[in-house]
Order: sequence, then structure tokens, then C-alpha cells
Amino acid sequence: MSTASAFARAKAEGRAALVGYLPAGFPDLEGSIEALTVMVEHGCDVIEIGLPYTDPVMDGPIIQAAAQQALDNGTRSKQVLQAVEAVAKAGAPTLVMTYWGPIERYGVAQFAADLASAGGAGLITPDITPDFGQEWIAAADEHDLDKVFLVAPSSTDARIAMTTAASRGFVYATGVMGVTGGKQATADVVRPLIERTKATTDLPVGVGVGVSTGAQAAQFAQYADGVIVGSAFVRALLEAPDRATGLRNLAALTEELAAGVRGRA
Amino acid sequence: MTNWDADEFGWFGGAGAWGGRFMPEALVAALDELTVAYTEAMADPEFVKTFEDALVDYANVPSPLYEAKHLSEQYGVKILLKREDLNHTGAHKIRNVLGQALLTKRMGKSRVIAETGAGQHGVASATAAAYFGLDCTVYMGRVDTERQALNVARMELLGAKVIPVESGSATLKDAINEALRDWVASVDHTAYLFGTAAGPHPFPSMVRDFTRGIGDEARAQCLAKYGRLPDAVAACVGGGSNAIGLFTAFLDDADTAIYGYEAGGDGVETGKHAATIAAGGAGVLHGARTYVLQDGDGQTIESHSISAGLDYPGVGPQHAWLSAAGRASYEPVTDTEAMDAFQLLARTEGIIPAIESSHALAGALRLAPTLAAEKGKDAILLVNLSGRGDKDMGTALDYFELASSKKGEKK
Repeated sequence: MSTASAFARAKAEGRAALVGYLPAGFPDLEGSIEALTVMVEHGCDVIEIGLPYTDPVMDGPIIQAAAQQALDNGTRSKQVLQAVEAVAKAGAPTLVMTYWGPIERYGVAQFAADLASAGGAGLITPDITPDFGQEWIAAADEHDLDKVFLVAPSSTDARIAMTTAASRGFVYATGVMGVTGGKQATADVVRPLIERTKATTDLPVGVGVGVSTGAQAAQFAQYADGVIVGSAFVRALLEAPDRATGLRNLAALTEELAAGVRGRA
Repeated sequence: MTNWDADEFGWFGGAGAWGGRFMPEALVAALDELTVAYTEAMADPEFVKTFEDALVDYANVPSPLYEAKHLSEQYGVKILLKREDLNHTGAHKIRNVLGQALLTKRMGKSRVIAETGAGQHGVASATAAAYFGLDCTVYMGRVDTERQALNVARMELLGAKVIPVESGSATLKDAINEALRDWVASVDHTAYLFGTAAGPHPFPSMVRDFTRGIGDEARAQCLAKYGRLPDAVAACVGGGSNAIGLFTAFLDDADTAIYGYEAGGDGVETGKHAATIAAGGAGVLHGARTYVLQDGDGQTIESHSISAGLDYPGVGPQHAWLSAAGRASYEPVTDTEAMDAFQLLARTEGIIPAIESSHALAGALRLAPTLAAEKGKDAILLVNLSGRGDKDMGTALDYFELASSKKGEKK
């Protein structure tokens, strides 16, 4: 299933889509595949697999800690692609969320080709904007991949229009001015951003960063097409005393959020 | 004539080559605002005059160009030292922060944040914040707060809040990451006083323009005193602000060779170094395409240097362009070579340089015999002494084991 059809299905069901994030290789490669599969089975419509990076400037301490653990156990670009291949088989469109340094090093066209053959749906790119992403845009178009760029509360209308015009799959609206896992997104910031973004595009618009609970999911599902959660999933695994408990907590959180995007909080 | 400057998108050497702005969308509005404010300010005679007055009256600029007679005699060429160590706060960094803090006031923001490695930029930022009445928070890798405890005390005395950064390698690159995270959340009222000529557009160009007085002054001082330009200029390169500040005035002087000396740490062959241009590869770090130390997967490799101020796995994109274009040569200088030069300058000229600047001197002294052979004893070799070494005495004590030998003398 493509990202577009996952969002379309959610829309047909009168709800928002649930997008879930974990870094590949956390707690280890097998563990991340298992966890992401649990998230698909319990209600995530779209999956984001994080590519662990040494200098993640948009991430707060929770995702930093998980990414560091993944790096320490040897997770690199190749293992991320293995995780994509395994998780995509669970049936949800699977995107890679990555900072730009590792993709440049891998070779942009080569990464696009290898991502496509692993069954990946595309990339979410938190530290490149379309005006500096021409090489990626060309490679994504060649390999029929989604290009998920971010818009922020600080974006001008002109930049939002430029960004949505270059996007495919969905548009990622940053719910807070800040890093992941920090302050909570609130309607006074999220709603105007979603409205400004939707005024420029027919693409679905998801809200992420600062979203962690079913109640928030229910609130944002009233006007966003997707609800994106990352740090809360990581925390469910980080704080569990053992892996089995972690997976149970992860399943419960997924179900809470899946109920949220259906307006049941 | 080659265009050494960036285009409107921050690319050096043509679109897509070096520099640019690889940044989260959340920061783009602030970077655009900064670009406009800085461009307008530099065209405003009143802003330029206020900046120059602050440099002269407060920062003790222009710094002298000093002919190091003993060293010159020893090495057979005229060795001139641009004495940035005599600036207020002890390094060239004060030039950049006075410019950026003045710009912050002009933009109506009330708070500044900064990253620091050796602590020199942190001290300079705290100083400028005190001078202009701004709140100041400085991010500093925990490892560096230990190496440079005296500078932490200075910053706190000046009223700044120093936040030790534990993440990653707990050095300069991680302090930059943490400052960027702060900035994403505080950008409406906070300016990021970036400490070097690296990072996303407009920082490489803006920091260069605020520090280029080093080279403009040195070029004029050299012409006035010796009636000609130097045969070679040399500076140390970490991120590269003192170097670009020196080099800019000489870029179109074809007969002046330009040398940047990077931190060679234990030796490039050991892998423990910070010689980004000499031994790194092209990549993206902290918002710019430039040379970086990275592994085969594009993960940043920790740099190593005895000098905290050069201990950075990236470098300003204009240096990448100057290297690629062949206009400047970049070579590594090891910890040992730098510490030898540190001691030599103290004993021959009575000047204790920063360990960063000792890299420039060591590289220049390595170059001197070739220059002497080619051009004779009147050849002029101009070295930027970017900072003073008071802050480095702890490192020096450990390195030379002076402490233990002193105890020996007492017995």
C-alpha cells in the first residue's frame, strides 16, 4: 500500500491516519523490527523508521538516547534498509526519516534506488528544505518515492506553498517550535498551521513533534489528516523493565493513539 | 577574477558546491530574517560606525603587527605576528561577537545563545552580552568545561549561564547541536551568536565580514611599514573564523600565498586529529556542505586535538572552496609541533600564544626554510596570532610536566 492510499483509507473511514516512528536498531535491529511490526498490528497506518545519526539537531533527549544506542550497536544505513524491508512486509507504507549527512555520503541516487528496492515508500527529511533538496527531489521522482518535507509554525505562506508543491505522500507539519519529546503541541499553534498548509495543497497534512497522547490525537484529528508520534513510542520501550513489557506497553500506546485518531480519547 | 564570495543562497564556488543551508524549516524564517538584517546593517553607515567605534574604544582594535626579531633571525625570513592576542578578551573572537550582538540589538532581540569550544567565543559572547545588556546562555561540551575551567568562571562572572553538554562526544560539535535545539524553541526572541565562519548561510559570510578587519588591518600595516605585501600569510583553522578573517584581504593578491593549519592531533595517520580539509571528505554538517570527518556511512567522527578551539570535525565552507579552488593550502600540524611552537614563542619573544594560534606559528615555521630559500631573508611571512595562551596554562602544565619538575627543584 502506498502512503497516499493509507491516508485515503483513513479519510474514507472518517478519521486521521496514525503515523508511528522508531529509530532502526533500537533496542537492536531485530528488536526494532519486532517493535515496528507490533505498531503496525495495533493500528499504525504509516511507519517512519529513523536513521540513527550522530548529530540529530531536531531531536530531544529521548530520541537522542535511542539513536545513540542504535549507533553503539552498529546500526548504519545498510541495517536501516534491512529494517525497512522487514517492516514493509507487515503491510504499512514505510518511510525513512533521516538527517541529510548520511544520505549524501551514501549517494543520493543510490540511496533512493536501494530504498525503493527494499520496498520503502520514501523519505522524511527534517534538515533539508526543497530549495536545498533538488538532488533528492530528482532521485525520488525517478524511483517513485514519497518526498515528505516539513512546514513549521514559523514558515511564511510563500514557503509553505513552495514546500507543499515539492512534497509527495503527505506534508509534515511541526506542531511546536522545538525539538522532539519536549513541550506539548497545542491547538492554538497546530490549527492555524494545518489550515495555512491545507490552503496550498490537496496532499494530506500530518502533525508531529509534541504529540504523545490519545487525547491530543483526538483533538488534532479534527483538522489534521495524520497524527505523527515518535518520542512517546521510544519512551514506552526505554522505560520498560524488559523487552516483553516494552512491547506490551507499545501495543497499548498504539491502541490508545489509534482510538484517538478515530475521535475516541 | 574568481568570485570568492557566496551567492544569495550561501553557495561558495557555484550552486550546489560548498556551503548552502541544510537546516530545519523551523529555522529558515530566522535565517532569512538574519540575512536581511545583516545585509541592511552592513549598508548602513551608522551601524558600521557603531561597530568600528566599539572595536576601537572597547576591544583595542586595530591590533599591532609585530615583527618577531628573534624568530626572524633564527628562521631567516621576516616573521610578522598579527597580535589578536592583545584584543579585549584575548582573541580575535571579540570582533565577531561585537558585530553579531550589535545586530541582535538592531533586530530587537533580548537574548543571545552561543556555543563554545575553548571557551574563547563563550567569553567573548558573554562580554558582548554584558556590554550591550543582553541575556546570554553558552553551551559548552562537558569535556571542554573541564579542559577550560577558567573560561567557565569568566563567563559566569560576566553574567552568562553556562550549560555543560553531555550528549555525543561532549565537545564543540555537540555544543552546536544543543545551541541549535535551544534556538528552534527560542527563535522569536533569541539570536544565535555563531562562533565561527561555518554553519548555514548567512553565518559563514557574516562571521567573515565581522572578522575580516584582521586581514584588512594586517595588509595595510604591512604595506605601510615594509612597502610591500607579505609573501605568505598563515592562520590556524578549526571552524576557520580567524583564518577567513585574515585571508579575505589577500584573496586577490596573487603573489601572497595563503596557508591554513589544521589540528593534526596525534598525527593524521593515527586517525586522532581534526584535520578536516587535509584528511576528511565532502559532506554535510551543521547546515553546510563542506569537508567533514565522517565514517563511510556519513556519521560524524570525533575529532582530537590538544587545542579545544580547533577540536571540530567540520570547517567553514569558504575554506572548503578556497582549498578546492587551489587558492589556499591547508596542512595538519600535530599537537607536538604546536606545543613546541608554543614554548618557542614564549622563550624567544616573551609571548605566550593560545595553543590554537601555536598551530599557525608551527606551520609557518615549517614553511619558513622554503620561503627563505626561494625569496631570501627579506621574505615576509605574516602569522595570525589569534589568541593568547593564559587559558591554556593548565594544558601546558600537564603537557610539559612543569608541575612535577618544579616539585623536583624544591627538593
